[in-house]
Amino acid sequence: MAYRIIHYINQFFGGVGGEDKADHPPELRAGAAGPGLALKQAWGDQAEIAATVVCGDNYCVGHPEEVAGFIGQALDKYQAQALVAGPAFNAGRYGLACGLAASAAAARGRVSLTAMFPENPGVEIYKANTFILPTADSARGMGQAVPAMAAFAIKLLNGRRLGSAAEEGYIERGVRLNTFHDEIGAERAVNMLMKKIKGQYFLTEYKMPAFDRVRPRPGVKDMSRATIALVTSGGIVPKGNPDHIPASSARSYGAYSLEGVDDLTGEDFQTAHGGYDQTFANEDPDRVLPVDVLRCMEREGRIGRLFPTYFATVGNGTAVAHAAQWGGEIGQKLREAEVQAVILTST
Amino acid sequence: MKLELHKISVRRICFGEATHVENGLLTVNREELKALIMEDRGLAGVELDLAHPGEDTRIMPVKDALEPRAKLSGPGEVFPGFIGPLDTTVGEGQTLVLEGAAVLTAGRLVAAQEGIVDMSGPGADYTPFSRTANLVLVLTPREGVRLHEAEQCCRLAGLKAAHYLAAECRAAAARADRVAVYDFQPLSETLARHPNLPKVAYVYMLQSQGLLHDTWVYGVDAKRILPTLMSPTEIMDGAIVSGNCVSACDKNNTFSHQNNPIIEALFKRHGTELNFVGVVVTNENVTLADKQRSSSLAIRLVRLLGAEAAIISEEGFGNPDADLILNCVKAEKAGVKTVLVTDEYAGTNGASQSLADSCPEGDAVVTAGNANATIILPAMAKVIGDPGQAEVVAGGFFGSRRPDGSLEVELQAIMGATCELGLSRIGAYTI
Amino acid sequence: MPVAHMASIVPISKSVGANRIIPTVAIPHPLGNPALPREEEVAVRRQLVEKALMALSADVSDQTVF
Repeated sequence: MAYRIIHYINQFFGGVGGEDKADHPPELRAGAAGPGLALKQAWGDQAEIAATVVCGDNYCVGHPEEVAGFIGQALDKYQAQALVAGPAFNAGRYGLACGLAASAAAARGRVSLTAMFPENPGVEIYKANTFILPTADSARGMGQAVPAMAAFAIKLLNGRRLGSAAEEGYIERGVRLNTFHDEIGAERAVNMLMKKIKGQYFLTEYKMPAFDRVRPRPGVKDMSRATIALVTSGGIVPKGNPDHIPASSARSYGAYSLEGVDDLTGEDFQTAHGGYDQTFANEDPDRVLPVDVLRCMEREGRIGRLFPTYFATVGNGTAVAHAAQWGGEIGQKLREAEVQAVILTST
Repeated sequence: MKLELHKISVRRICFGEATHVENGLLTVNREELKALIMEDRGLAGVELDLAHPGEDTRIMPVKDALEPRAKLSGPGEVFPGFIGPLDTTVGEGQTLVLEGAAVLTAGRLVAAQEGIVDMSGPGADYTPFSRTANLVLVLTPREGVRLHEAEQCCRLAGLKAAHYLAAECRAAAARADRVAVYDFQPLSETLARHPNLPKVAYVYMLQSQGLLHDTWVYGVDAKRILPTLMSPTEIMDGAIVSGNCVSACDKNNTFSHQNNPIIEALFKRHGTELNFVGVVVTNENVTLADKQRSSSLAIRLVRLLGAEAAIISEEGFGNPDADLILNCVKAEKAGVKTVLVTDEYAGTNGASQSLADSCPEGDAVVTAGNANATIILPAMAKVIGDPGQAEVVAGGFFGSRRPDGSLEVELQAIMGATCELGLSRIGAYTI
Repeated sequence: MPVAHMASIVPISKSVGANRIIPTVAIPHPLGNPALPREEEVAVRRQLVEKALMALSADVSDQTVF
């Protein structure tokens, strides 16, 4: 008998609308829709999409418990064995929504699976809860993603012993699973030691974690004398985007002057960020980069001074390696300028 | 130091007239053994019971497991400092082993942190004592006996029983099923014999946190030792004894000390692939100064042996992880290549960090699995020990009793489930 | 130097390792609320920035959400 599966997609892939419909509450449609049609074809008679949940990305991220409950009801109503979400590619909020939906199904004991670009923020947050297959960064990767998702879902549903992430192709969840090896631990230890002695390749059974954490710096003692700098990943740039920072997958950041700027206006500044509805930031860029309030505080003596340069990039599918490098460079510049503290805003 | 282990296979145990072994059947004179154990004034009572592989039987709470052994020849007697005298070392001559038999000490003992042994069902896969013929001592300490004295009474009862069973079977030694010979030579000799083989030491970490998390070496509390050099054959004669009342899955019970599989694996390759140059015994104390001193001195011994590589095994978890890391870092910094043997506490969902400490030098780790993983143990027809303790051991600490009488427990509660001496085939991988 | 991370999706802020986290209004307008009259919106922004300054003045030992 075919497995019954619930498919989760967002307002865009569900044909409801774009960013303007991101607040669309969850709706349940019988059968397949959007990319589900391709999944359906890939499954043939192995599995059927019993129903599709269509939900706006903002609604899902803003109402996680309600959406999780909705998904639970959908799974029960259709007696579905699994939930497949996405693929979300590199859409940040869609990635979060897919992760949330798949996690909700996993928490209810169902097989669950989603797919997205490896650097989608949904990966880091939800990979421990569910299986995530890697995809390309845009919907151009649909043709590759769908057959992979279809095949892996069947593998999970068949319940065979699962290989490692490297063997199976999913994004490593960081979850430890017990297993029985052919040899006892002591024999494995001596074998590993012999390889290490001889300089041969060996595979540790537990990789010691390296923590990417920074020790918190002490607080600022006297704020009324402190120089505060602004940094943002929200893409606020001078009008016309002089450095051509792309709307997603940024490859650079910009340093821009606030000399003589008392209030950011839509006439002089804009957002270059392509990952959220730009209307509000373009109307008043202070909604992302609070220059107006900080200038006010500067006049009142609440802070010593607002550093006359701010740094901006677009945090939308930006590679972590890039972001880490820029963070180091910006930090270095601010330290040389004897800035005491930083306010970093993100969208 | 050359030791011969004369092994007689035991497949079943029964009670009878005289204690002896014949055709795989170990007969035990129940009253004689009871009287021997009850010589201890700290005990109010002892019941003897039997458990065999495949039976619908659960034993809980289990404190220690021991293998019946007794000297046939050579200096001293097994369990020096408890049974054997201290005017000599052990680990030479001939020792009789009742292979396939185990003594389990059980009952309401000293703490709730004791283990479960299931003789059948899913839990049996995780404990080595589902595969041995077990003589179970259900011990009751006298009222008013303080905690650490009660632990000592129970510990001694197990040692006496394990020695008694083998000693009474000495007449059958000539019919031993097999003889295993372990010839551990002085350093100068072994270096001369195997000049081209890599020199490998074993750093043997012993639980010594106190508060009944203790191990004994030649009768001395391991928290009071400085790291010391031992011949592996001494350990086979019971020079290391468990007094450890902590999570049953990864405390090294006396049985696993006697049969340390890392020592066995190193001996197996000794003279062909590697040169096994010695066992460095060290502890896991609770202060940072102790941890620093012990790790410094343990690795100093490894260096004095000229070892270029070492296996380091941990006992327990939590702050001993810090000892493991210190030993690893100091060894690697001294140019000694290490493999660490540990287990993991990655949470019931497996997603948490497995160890309390870590170091980049620890690039070669063998794991005995995630002790937080849960398992459902069905109700058993017979429970040996103190069924009331089921609530305390399984329900109160590691899991819960379900309406149908089954227990949902973490592997932590199962005796030897994630043994950090690598006694079983269990491991873990990342998904 | 201390950094105050003002962001709407606190779990991300945590997973990327920010130490001083100030939850904000919404993804497209973290420091504003277009539904409010201009004066009230500025007051909301001022409150949030004030919180960030408090966070920057505080000594923290671990990741902290203000």
